Amino acid sequence: MNELVFFINNVVVSGIVSSSIYAMGAIGVTLVFSIMRFAHFAHADMMTLGAFFVLGLTMLFPEIGNAIGLPSALILMPIAMVMTALTAVGIDRTFYKPLRDNNVKPIVLVIGSLGVTLMLQGLIRLVAGTGSRSMYIAERKDIFRLELPGELATRPIVITEPQIILFVFAVGAVVALHWFLTRSRLGKAMRAMSDNPDLARVSGINTNTVIAVTWMIAGALATAAGTLLSLDVTLKPDLSFFLLLPIFAAAIVGGVGHPYGAIAGGFVVGFAETLAVFNWAVLLRPFQDMLPAGWELPTYLAFVGTEYKITVPFFILVAILVWRPTGLFKGKVL
Amino acid sequence: MSSIIEVSHVYKAFGGPTIINDCSLSVAEGSITGLIGPNGAGKSTLFNIIAGNLAPDSGQVHFDGEEISSLSADQRFHRGLLRTFQIAHEFTHLTALENLMMVPPNQPGENLFHTWLKPGLVQAREQKVRARALEVIDFIGLDHVRNELAGNLSGGQKKLLELGRTMMTDARVVLLDEIAAGVNRTLLVDLVRNIERLNREHGYTFLVIEHDMDMIARLCDPVIVLTQGSVMVEGSIDEIRNNPDVIEAYFGAGATTD
Repeated sequence: MNELVFFINNVVVSGIVSSSIYAMGAIGVTLVFSIMRFAHFAHADMMTLGAFFVLGLTMLFPEIGNAIGLPSALILMPIAMVMTALTAVGIDRTFYKPLRDNNVKPIVLVIGSLGVTLMLQGLIRLVAGTGSRSMYIAERKDIFRLELPGELATRPIVITEPQIILFVFAVGAVVALHWFLTRSRLGKAMRAMSDNPDLARVSGINTNTVIAVTWMIAGALATAAGTLLSLDVTLKPDLSFFLLLPIFAAAIVGGVGHPYGAIAGGFVVGFAETLAVFNWAVLLRPFQDMLPAGWELPTYLAFVGTEYKITVPFFILVAILVWRPTGLFKGKVL
Repeated sequence: MSSIIEVSHVYKAFGGPTIINDCSLSVAEGSITGLIGPNGAGKSTLFNIIAGNLAPDSGQVHFDGEEISSLSADQRFHRGLLRTFQIAHEFTHLTALENLMMVPPNQPGENLFHTWLKPGLVQAREQKVRARALEVIDFIGLDHVRNELAGNLSGGQKKLLELGRTMMTDARVVLLDEIAAGVNRTLLVDLVRNIERLNREHGYTFLVIEHDMDMIARLCDPVIVLTQGSVMVEGSIDEIRNNPDVIEAYFGAGATTD
């Protein structure tokens, strides 16, 4: 039983956590791609930026969460989401729009977004330093230990408050996005533009509005993902470096341009990572007795070492590009 | 009749050959003007220039007396200058009805603040647009496929949808790019009747590119013949048919011997 608890703590819970983060990031990447047709490399840095906005606000109002019993950072997150959304629109107007207006090839925009990545990383380090920080300033992180009934399980299932919030938020965000894209006029205009930009223009759809809204959604989701991840672990300026590859892998696995694919891709990549670094020897231990004498189970049995976790999304990416280049959901159009 | 579209001395080249070469023409308000010419004459390029999908290298386009060269395609759309595409364009992942509902400009639902703060306003307008779209889809005879994804419609149905799109807003000029190509004869009769009705009852001006000479003869007066990027001749269909230069342009020299 303890082994199963260990599995739940290390695979199910942490898998869901990283999957939700990747999914929210990948949705942003995929939305930007489907509207503007370029891979936005600065996306992970928008996550970091958003999380730092939250940190800044939390430093200003550290006590605000005590009244409600939720982390202050979470209460202040919506404000930071708006700030990042507006920053994203500002970045677009300043750096990407002039390029678009000159009808450059998508690759130029991609390289431009790499420039924005470096710039954002530099700015964040300049203002906030290079160390890692905790998002909890005046409070402590709530950790729930669920004791299982029965005598076999002596270890509890451990879930932290931010993990629960993250999961609830991710589900809510996905439902809201689905409603927005299928029901609202603006969402339909987004789908129309990703489908056929020429026709969208001659149908009188204001493409500038659609682009601005795309950046707002991407920026807001990135902030939420960055903040909730930093609440669960710590906030580091190089957060984006470890997120970029899994997020792009998730977007491509799901089929670029397909928001539901991005969610599926996020879960595939997230769980592949956690399963790959999981120590399977723990699960096999109860069967030790059944093995013939002299057969010893190794104490550590994982597909890759934890330090090579980042190779897993890379492997999935290569595999999907070889066997199913359009992604699981055949992307391209919202 | 005053002219609503005035193209003057337009040039356009794509790298090598000059596609539109000192082209000047005018379209009278309330007319159904035909634009014919051999393949490669520059008809579609000229449409792209008038609708704002392409910028001319030089020359001017006037719409209702106003110089519109600097306006974007969606701004021209808002002034009532609409177009259809030679190869029917549609939003493949939206239904036929949603395709039509996409069209009317300045819907409050396209404004982010209205979407969240004035849902009532958005709803009311959405209802109106929907009612109009249902009328139009009935008019173009696609009512039975209105909830079908537009990508699944047949080529001819997509063409009808293109025409329907122009009826969703108060158009003044509609540029029809080979609306009849790929449409079967029965649908074609409907199409022609609808175009005439829109012209007569709603005062639409049409500029029509067409290879089907029967349709041109039935629908268009006057007809403009474009060859090698400039206007060769303009007149009624009978004048055009009996013009030896036109016959030569279409069939080559020597084809004029009765």
